[in-house]
Amino acid sequence: MSDGTVAMVRAQGVRKSFGKLEVLRGIDLEVAPRDVFCLIGPSGSGKSTFLRCINHLEKVTAGRLSVDGELVGYRQQGDKLYELRDKEVCQKRQQIGMVFQHFNLFPHMTAVGNVMEAPIRVKGESKAVVRERSLKLLDRVGLADKCDSYPTQLSGGQQQRVAIARALAMEPKLMLFDEPTSALDPELVGEVLDVMRDLATEGMTMIVVTHEMGFAREVGDALVFMDEGVVVEAGTPRDVITNPQHERTQSFLSKVL
Amino acid sequence: MATSDPVATDGAGGSGVVGGGDPAPIKAIPVRHRGRWVAAAIILVLAAQFAHWLFTEPEFQWSVVRHYLFAPSILTGVVHTIELTIIAMFMGIVLGVVLAVMRLAANPIVSGAAWIYIWFFRGTPVLVQLIFWFALPSVVHSISLGVPFGPAWLLTNDVQSLVTKFIAVCLGLGLNEAAYMAEIARAGILSVDEGQVEAASALGMTRIQTMRRIVLPQAMRVIIPPTGNETISMLKTSSLASVIGYVELLYSAQIIYDRTYQTIPLLIVASIWYLFMTSILTVGQYYVERRYARGAQRELPPTPLQKLRLVLARRAPSLAAGT
Repeated sequence: MSDGTVAMVRAQGVRKSFGKLEVLRGIDLEVAPRDVFCLIGPSGSGKSTFLRCINHLEKVTAGRLSVDGELVGYRQQGDKLYELRDKEVCQKRQQIGMVFQHFNLFPHMTAVGNVMEAPIRVKGESKAVVRERSLKLLDRVGLADKCDSYPTQLSGGQQQRVAIARALAMEPKLMLFDEPTSALDPELVGEVLDVMRDLATEGMTMIVVTHEMGFAREVGDALVFMDEGVVVEAGTPRDVITNPQHERTQSFLSKVL
Repeated sequence: MATSDPVATDGAGGSGVVGGGDPAPIKAIPVRHRGRWVAAAIILVLAAQFAHWLFTEPEFQWSVVRHYLFAPSILTGVVHTIELTIIAMFMGIVLGVVLAVMRLAANPIVSGAAWIYIWFFRGTPVLVQLIFWFALPSVVHSISLGVPFGPAWLLTNDVQSLVTKFIAVCLGLGLNEAAYMAEIARAGILSVDEGQVEAASALGMTRIQTMRRIVLPQAMRVIIPPTGNETISMLKTSSLASVIGYVELLYSAQIIYDRTYQTIPLLIVASIWYLFMTSILTVGQYYVERRYARGAQRELPPTPLQKLRLVLARRAPSLAAGT
């Protein structure tokens, strides 16, 4: 960062291969704290893979990736890298919330049960404290009356809002959104984007993989267009969306807008 | 056609909404199902013949059946059969889940060991395993604890009295069951969506927490029905213990008919008890399955008891009204 603050996420030459297939081919980018950072691009461009690398759901093959100044998945001592133990990886993941395209709520737990699970089991907080906080979070995403419903009894939009509350319950410093509205019926997209907009206003650092150009333009502080595992174009959302420089960005935007 | 039409087309060939009005309810003559009546008649006649045979054939000796049905030695056999089933299934389920998790482990030695265990115990007859455990004292002379191939403290050199008939039967049935339960548990674990593990990992849960809190509870829905079948099957398989002379239900019946030669009525006594116990298990299975279906369906269907209560509740007010 030019102004001396530590970047929330910094990627330098990040590469990721699955067997012979190279999905990320050298990603360089920085996400400043309190920014809403949008990732767009065609499917298969590697944006979801990059997001999953940030909380070490995928192992980076080459390059350096760090969150809040600390390497993801490794510890550096001298010029040697040591792989982190499972416990240490879990500890780091607690600080990063993630919201999935298909919600991935725990179907055998109620909405409030989903939200309470990790703070109780992972952080070992007391049940009463967590319950109170969880109910507040559900209220914040507009689902106070649904706290005892099971996920199958909720609409897609409601499920995704519970999923956001579940991630927030761990009090993360960074939130990752992996196409959070792609699996929703069009009329349910708005309610999820509203929650995300509120979260952005409160100053949460967010990385959002999305196809919602309206959201990106309105809420995003920075936007990156990815294609075939590389960053093709980056800038402020307004610039990139209204005035794309690169030909591939232009053709992609002409199809989605 | 007096009802208000929603913006309807004029019916000039295009698709659209047309006015319908209130149609009269359909009154049609129902299709006659002659085949059903014929089939029902045949089955009823066969059933009547069977019942007639059951009650008139003197060899069934129903008075003997009645005499021994609640005999103390038979009841002891029933209790032993229940004990065996519970212990063997408990061993089978615990060890089976451990083996299933081992088979899915990343370490090839660990998963290989589980594979070999399952291969061996599913590949040999349970009867052979039972007899083997009973004969264990002839190949294992002492049990000790210590450094492998090094110094050790002798625990016992009287294996004969350690491995009683009861222990041998429990080992034989339980270890064999574990191999089958392992495959059932593995199928259950694999049935849970990968996104669940990802969501749990992303929240910072460890692998063990994820398995215990997220994966296994959901796998239960797949594991429970076949486990119920296994339990019912185990109840009957436990009768193999009679071969090595452990007094469970079948053997306690055999002891009597070896003395009195009333083979058929005593086999009927045993069968009645087996049927009674499997029926209870079937009902239990229904309620356990319901318990683990939580969250899988929007609304659980009512239990037979709830249905009965609903019907009674619907009837009661009309009865009270005097109709």
